[in-house]
Amino acid sequence: MLKLLEPNKIFQITSKAPKYVLLLFIIVLSIGLVEALILSPEDYKQSDAVRIMYVHVPAAWISLGIFSSITLLSISGFIFKNKNFFLISKSLAPSGFVFNLIALVTGSIWGKPTWGTWWAWDARITSMLILALFYLMYLIAWRIYDSEEKVYKISTFITIIGIINVPIIKYSVDWWNTLHQPASINIMTKNSIHSSMLYPLFIMTAAFALFSLLIFLMKYNTELIKIKNKGLDRL
Amino acid sequence: MYGRKVKLRFLFVVIILITLILTTFLILNSLEENVVYFKSPSEIKSLTELDKNKIRVGGMVKKNSISINSDEVNFIITDFKNEINVIYSGAVPSLFAEGKGVVAEGFLKDRNFFSAIKILAKHDENYMPPEVKEALGEK
Repeated sequence: MLKLLEPNKIFQITSKAPKYVLLLFIIVLSIGLVEALILSPEDYKQSDAVRIMYVHVPAAWISLGIFSSITLLSISGFIFKNKNFFLISKSLAPSGFVFNLIALVTGSIWGKPTWGTWWAWDARITSMLILALFYLMYLIAWRIYDSEEKVYKISTFITIIGIINVPIIKYSVDWWNTLHQPASINIMTKNSIHSSMLYPLFIMTAAFALFSLLIFLMKYNTELIKIKNKGLDRL
Repeated sequence: MYGRKVKLRFLFVVIILITLILTTFLILNSLEENVVYFKSPSEIKSLTELDKNKIRVGGMVKKNSISINSDEVNFIITDFKNEINVIYSGAVPSLFAEGKGVVAEGFLKDRNFFSAIKILAKHDENYMPPEVKEALGEK
């Protein structure tokens, strides 16, 4: 296990894996888009506007998942003084931010024809905007501070404050009256989304996850090159 | 197994998290009234004094309650306990229909009468193809 964490071993993986991940991403995305845009049925009420969901929901899931991951990694990195965890967090953040923005924009595009408004200050939408701001703070923090010690602490602190917002996003639709509808996919109870719409949703989620993995590998590879150039051989 | 510093840092993070969760909980609890996007007709009924400011009322559009005369739309918002009459002039979103969710933004005339300046359709969490909806409807 520890052998795997040797920079040279990781570097071999991160420099070769992206092209395979890219190939896989293109394949899964093509299947997902055909399923979502052509093969899946239209909705009984919102007709073709439902297809925006196949981008909106996976994007929101991935952005929440990535923020939770970078929080967990940052906290672990802070407690155990592990530099590698911080670099993984840093490399994960950009794709999480991009998917957060995609979720907001596609939600807005869907909101106009269905709700009748581009934007509403309801709890779900506002908390999602706050998550985007936390992503932005996190990304800016890495650019501001040159001292590694400082940036590790500050970025960890930003994720700790930001993670409080994640359960608020998840449960906002249950706790308060919101314009945003409650979750259609539930683990404990029956789903209120038909299975013919569920499969394209999962394929698109896989595609977006692969895209995040791709961006992560490329960013992480750059971080490793930076370390190599500094002449350090240990993380 | 772990050093003292590691344990202290762990404790530090745990305390920050607990403090933040408690603070957020207290803030959200006291803000309850303002975090909700709309009020239900029952909440309007129980208001001690009428709110002169712009508010939002949400619920279901009561069955057979929509009446359109020239450019004015009248309908009833219900939460199945209480109801409120809404008057509105202008275009309604395409998903606005009887038996569906709606949020009306505007001003209260009295506890039973609401003058809307904007109508939003609230979509529910049900997603299905039209055939399935028809099959469900026949049951």
